[in-house]
Amino acid sequence: MSDTADTGVTRAEYCAVACAEVFRGDGEVMASAFGTAPALGARLARLTFAPDLVLTDGDAALVDGAPPLGARPSSLVLESHMPYRRVFDVVWSGRRNLIMMASQIDRTGNQNISAIGPWARPKAQLVGVRGAPGNTVNHSTSYWVPHHSPRSFVEQVDVVSGVGYARAAAAGPSATKFHEIRFVVSNLGVFDFATPDKVMRLASVHPGVTVEDVVGATGFELVVPDEVPETRVPTPEELDLLRTVLDPRSTRDREVPA
Amino acid sequence: MADKRTTLDGFVGELADGMTIGIGGWGSRRKPMAAVRAILRSDLRGLTVVSYGGPDVGLLCAAGKVAKVVYGFVTLDSIPTDPHFKVARQSGAVEAMEVDEGMFYLGLLAASQRIPFLPTRSGLGSDVLAVNPSLRTVRSPYDDGEELVAMPALRLDAAVVHVNRADAAGSGQILGPDPFFDELFLGAADRRFVTTERVVATEQLAEGGPIQTMCISRLLTDAVIETPGGAHFTACVPDYGRDEGFQKEYVTAAGDPDAWAAFYQRFLAVDEDGYQAATREAADERAAAKSAKEGA
Repeated sequence: MSDTADTGVTRAEYCAVACAEVFRGDGEVMASAFGTAPALGARLARLTFAPDLVLTDGDAALVDGAPPLGARPSSLVLESHMPYRRVFDVVWSGRRNLIMMASQIDRTGNQNISAIGPWARPKAQLVGVRGAPGNTVNHSTSYWVPHHSPRSFVEQVDVVSGVGYARAAAAGPSATKFHEIRFVVSNLGVFDFATPDKVMRLASVHPGVTVEDVVGATGFELVVPDEVPETRVPTPEELDLLRTVLDPRSTRDREVPA
Repeated sequence: MADKRTTLDGFVGELADGMTIGIGGWGSRRKPMAAVRAILRSDLRGLTVVSYGGPDVGLLCAAGKVAKVVYGFVTLDSIPTDPHFKVARQSGAVEAMEVDEGMFYLGLLAASQRIPFLPTRSGLGSDVLAVNPSLRTVRSPYDDGEELVAMPALRLDAAVVHVNRADAAGSGQILGPDPFFDELFLGAADRRFVTTERVVATEQLAEGGPIQTMCISRLLTDAVIETPGGAHFTACVPDYGRDEGFQKEYVTAAGDPDAWAAFYQRFLAVDEDGYQAATREAADERAAAKSAKEGA
């Protein structure tokens, strides 16, 4: 029995709703979301349970409401000017909640987008650490990994870009003061760090995925509770928003195939 | 007011081997590409390039101009990474200083304020401190006693930025939505160059847009160079968007030595007018190929 069969909810839709949950309870903060499921999640949250959330146009403005994916710039209602220099003011003020992507993520929540292999002479140079070091010690950060595998969920990342719990603790109180890795959402499930030693725990599996699937696709020892719930089913309102308002062309299925 | 107008040759003539050069813009947006191309045509070598990196970094690396890159990222925006920069890093051809992009901002700010460093939480706990052993932390002298990263000033020998409009005296106007960190690049540098789509009379600046768009004062400018299309193929809105077709050609060519040699010969071994003509011709070819495909 599977919810997917019963309701026709796709995996991508579970991922979008799991990403929306990242923004629950935050109030008036700037949501930044990279990737399709996070972009949909932030918009869903804004339109339902997090009405004070502040969304960006992905360029240099804050926008009113929650525009559909790929909305024409001329259709946006702008609220405020938010050039990059001001984005850093927001980052450092802590009034931001972010979902970044991760080329690698590890057991204690370190993330890597810098390089694969030794940094000094990498096997593969990626984009660079970008804002990950600063984001993670200044405001809540979550991650989205659309291809869960032992290559992305690794024992130890090659270059610590986003700071995980153990590294923050080792760096001292200035690093831990505002540090929170809230969730990791993958195409297989949702993960948190709600363990005594702040290591990654399986919080839920998406319907249609087994715990064994997740464990087998993870390159480190995951904390697995005795009872693992399924990721919550989108409400009818959420499904309608996803399908008819935010993403009628189903770009979400290209990121996470049904 | 002094007339600060000069030429791309004049710009390159003021640079020297081994200099640290800041390049404005962000990713594949409003990069002073005409100035970068002028450096490509020069004999300059051993440069330290400081950039919110885009194809400027890739091109300069590919041409062997670069000893060191200081960056938080190098990206083409619509394409995640720059192929030449990847090769340069993976082959060990360039030295690197990779920092958080907010630390980078503070490095420019410290340099423009003529102070040695600025404290920040950003970087703590990350490998930015491990891979840059010269970075230090500093303890707050106040009761909190917090230990923070001391981001050193990123002092520049020269900086070049590209704006939509400027007057001959060096007041620059940015008409796009984000001025990025161009002001700080200029503030951090000893020699400050502004390239512009168009040089206009001072009184025409206010006709172009509100006062907030007139964000580069002549206090920050030593020289002005008119380079129409000077940010191509990066975005320079509202004058033009990114030339995605050409950027794809750039990336494709970079993947193959023969294709790159041909690309270089056609687009980069020529002067700026030659570049502009060749890229217009290439755009026509892409359009013709597309309509032929659609007609087929």
